[in-house]
Amino acid sequence: MPGTPPLKDRRIWEHPILTFKRGRRVKFYFNGNIVEGYEGESIAAALYAARYDVFSRSPYKGRARGAFCMIGKCSSCFAIVDGVPNTRTCVEPIREGVKVEFQEGLAEIPSATGGLEGKDEEVIEGVDVLVIGGGPAGLAAAIAAAKHGLSVLIVNEHFKLGGQLIKQTHKFFGSKDLFGGLRGFQVAEELENKVRSMRNVRVLLQATAYGFFRDGWVGVAGKDRLYRVKPRFVIAAPGAAERHLAFPGNDLPGVMGAGGAQTLMNEYGILPGDEVLVVGSGNVGVIVSYQLLQAGAKVKGIVEILPYIGAWFVHAAKIRRYGVKVYTRHTIKEVWGKDRVEGATIVRVDEHFKPVPGSETDIPCDLVLIAVGLTPDTRLLAQAGAVVTWVPELGGLVPIRTKYLETSVPGLFIAGDASGIEEATTAMIEGEIAGLSAVVRAGADDAGNAAERREALLKFLWDEYRASPVVARAKAGKLKVTVSEDEMERIRVSNPPPVRFGS
Amino acid sequence: MGSGVPPYKETGIITVEELKRLGLMPPEERLARGPVAIPECPEEIPCNICVVSCPQHAISIEGIKGLPRIDWDKCVGCGVCVAKCPGLAIFVVDLSKPGEYAYVTVPHEFLPAPKVGDVVDLLSREGKVVGKGEVVKAWETNKTWVVTVRVPKELAMEVRGIWVRK
Ligand SMILES: Cc1cc2nc3c(=O)[nH]c(=O)nc-3n(C[C@H](O)[C@H](O)[C@H](O)COP(=O)(O)OP(=O)(O)OC[C@H]3O[C@@H](n4cnc5c(N)ncnc54)[C@H](O)[C@@H]3O)c2cc1C
Ligand code: SF4
Ligand code: SF4
Ligand code: FES
Repeated sequence: MPGTPPLKDRRIWEHPILTFKRGRRVKFYFNGNIVEGYEGESIAAALYAARYDVFSRSPYKGRARGAFCMIGKCSSCFAIVDGVPNTRTCVEPIREGVKVEFQEGLAEIPSATGGLEGKDEEVIEGVDVLVIGGGPAGLAAAIAAAKHGLSVLIVNEHFKLGGQLIKQTHKFFGSKDLFGGLRGFQVAEELENKVRSMRNVRVLLQATAYGFFRDGWVGVAGKDRLYRVKPRFVIAAPGAAERHLAFPGNDLPGVMGAGGAQTLMNEYGILPGDEVLVVGSGNVGVIVSYQLLQAGAKVKGIVEILPYIGAWFVHAAKIRRYGVKVYTRHTIKEVWGKDRVEGATIVRVDEHFKPVPGSETDIPCDLVLIAVGLTPDTRLLAQAGAVVTWVPELGGLVPIRTKYLETSVPGLFIAGDASGIEEATTAMIEGEIAGLSAVVRAGADDAGNAAERREALLKFLWDEYRASPVVARAKAGKLKVTVSEDEMERIRVSNPPPVRFGS
Repeated sequence: MGSGVPPYKETGIITVEELKRLGLMPPEERLARGPVAIPECPEEIPCNICVVSCPQHAISIEGIKGLPRIDWDKCVGCGVCVAKCPGLAIFVVDLSKPGEYAYVTVPHEFLPAPKVGDVVDLLSREGKVVGKGEVVKAWETNKTWVVTVRVPKELAMEVRGIWVRK
């Protein structure tokens, strides 16, 4: 059990773009040792900052486990928190005196004194729109629906609104009315302020929608209570999870999702590593490399299996200018280290993507970032009975939908990464379309205006934005799963939806 | 590679010839006349921030995804677009001054912040230190510095970044 007190802490104090507004100091315990963090940090972030890399060991083989995705999607960060095992410490904020313990394999079932007792339940009826997820898609949906007078409830698993936007420090593309030119976290601030200023929007943070039930009830698990929600419409925008790669050592602490590293450095101001190897040269891998340089880390290289860089040229040019090497036609062979990455071996591949023996290169590093794409989080949608299908261009399983973003479950809309991976700009456009669709279907007073705005957005999205060759693949994917209203009715006949909203 | 993937996608580096071919490079006589913007933005990405940011209305893009087209006669080389371009892809080059020096304006988002008078490393498109240059102008907007450095004339089309040593 790693009980050694930390060396120097990993917090970043000077940054060219960000000013970290740290809350007051908070003391908590890890295995009885006092750890200091700042209010607003998650337990995983504060532990990581204090240089604790291992939070648990796997039940099988006792392999070390630590931070990976940092957004509650992978379960790599489990620890026992105030007696509750299997707590995802990356979405659990630190509190004064909270007792975090290392989890050795499977934990004992917690006793009644473990803090789970006494959960009460709140029934929320009569809300027009339940928005699941408070990222750019969910927030844009909420704003659109609330603007037209509908009452909205946003439930967000994370304790902050903004989704992936809060860790984007680079300026966004797109046009000015789509927040282009602003940095991602600034877009998140604008959306959050807007939502907070609307009186018909209620926000529940640290609230996870966990399931759909008979008669259109939705279960939501909050911090200290459960909610039973009966909305007229549901807009699901739970985002995506990062994909992983199979290679020896891929579970060592220090192998992390690119988004996980971004969360640490840009959201919390914690340097995820000193010397970094990035796997994947798409936009995410290249942007995260640039941000690592800004945070003061050394990027030892980017590994790309294809013969060319996946990212948009302008992003790639940005890191090349500062000397970051891109190893095209290479893949990662293995990662080595004891309880923390100490280095990686990369290998060249031939035209069939097969490793070329003898072409290995060893790269000493303490962080390996996996940036090989995202996969839509459609678990909840599938549970609701929405018909999903496998679309590689969109990152995996996605729900079939109409152009108004309604799934095969009537009155259940989708938006953002969960509808197929694109970007924040399209997530916001889809969110607005979904929100307006609820308005139109609810027959609100100015439903006519909403319908008009929706058509204009659809036109822009399909005919202008998605006309760019750099997003052709995602567009092809979205085309595959967008069906006409008639077709959707046929799908509903062969796959009768178990619940219905919208009445 | 074949299959029509342009070489800059393999390397992350664009050549002056490629920029000329795409019509992104100002003509020689314009370069000799005074500072002018060069957008090193060769793909039709869904972005048109430069169009709305130019105070001279010198930039146009067809729809949202065409290539940025600069009206070289309208451009005054002010550098506003350098600051605003989310791709950090626009540079201003001034080859008009007599003598052996040219002036290159680049975006910069690293610490320490550059100051006038600093002598900084000059970086090529592939991150090679190709020389040293003095900062003659530096201003900032939304945390992007727009830095003009003095460089030997023959490096004007090579220098695309700077590094300020701590
Ligand atoms: C490195 C990187 C760079 C990027 N750069 C750009 C860029 O330049 N331009 C661009 O447009 N886009 C960019 N993106 C993509 C963009 O950030 C995402 O596409 C966008 O955030 C997706 O929005 P979303 O609302 O669908 O999901 P998210 O932003 O992921 O938000 C989902 C929210 O839902 C919550 N949630 C999940 N499940 C539940 C549940 N069951 N109950 C309640 N709440 C739940 C989560 O806590 C989260 O807050 C980038 C992404 C990365 C990782
Ligand atoms: S340098 Fe100034 S005038 Fe020229 S294109 Fe850029 S913003 Fe316009
Ligand atoms: S703002 Fe920059 S990235 Fe966007 S189109 Fe103009 S030159 Fe290209
Ligand atoms: S769930 Fe916490 S790191 Fe993935």
